[in-house]
Amino acid sequence: MKIILNNTPEKFDQDMMTVNELLKAKTFTFKMLIVRINGNLVKKDEYNTATIRDKDDVMVLHLVSGG
Amino acid sequence: MTNATLTEKLKKKTVGIAGCGGLGSNCAVALARVGIGSLILVDFDIISESNLNRQYYFLSQVGESKAPALKRVIHQVNPSVSVITYEVKLDPEHILRYFKDCDIIVEAFDQADQKEMLIETVLSAFPEKPLVVGIGVAGWGMNERIHYRQTGNLHICGDEITGISELNPPLAPRVGIVANMQANVVLELLLKK
Repeated sequence: MKIILNNTPEKFDQDMMTVNELLKAKTFTFKMLIVRINGNLVKKDEYNTATIRDKDDVMVLHLVSGG
Repeated sequence: MTNATLTEKLKKKTVGIAGCGGLGSNCAVALARVGIGSLILVDFDIISESNLNRQYYFLSQVGESKAPALKRVIHQVNPSVSVITYEVKLDPEHILRYFKDCDIIVEAFDQADQKEMLIETVLSAFPEKPLVVGIGVAGWGMNERIHYRQTGNLHICGDEITGISELNPPLAPRVGIVANMQANVVLELLLKK
């Protein structure tokens, strides 16, 4: 499948994957994250069930301290 | 757009600012200077001397509560800004109550877990309301890493990488750049409508 991840096109062998699988594949290991699929917020307890499919627009925002 | 037209438009607008530290104080003062109508400022913290390396306060204000102290600074710059302050540690319930009538919300927290709480709350409760966040402001230099990107109603300013640590403190130049980028995004959104 082809998706948009953080405004950049990305290709994966699978036809679909969960949020956790995507985070693992991209080695996004941060604790504080915001994930959106096609504009919809994915809550932490849905990372194992929420799925990403072909043409999805995914945003992963990594939160760091400072302000 | 002339300055007169611009201030006429901004007069009717309200911006909520979550956190009155480095990002919030600098962003609020920038918006006050250009003539924003109303600001809602929220912070539970007290000004300490160590804040003065980046936050828009003065030595004489050390020990004062940040939100009302920022209101006084703003009124020395522009007394016509209407400023409402809340001296609380923001939780999801406060966010819904205090920011529901804002045109735009600015995320200006220090701690990553607070940023996460605010972003999750706003994206769930107000999916249409623009939220301007500042992520990755620590250290110095690395101007080329600081950027802006948008996804839906979420507007992200910062380098999205550099977190604070003992060897990477938040400092006036970089925090100020991101705070003013946030104010710049707010202006763009308000003047576009």
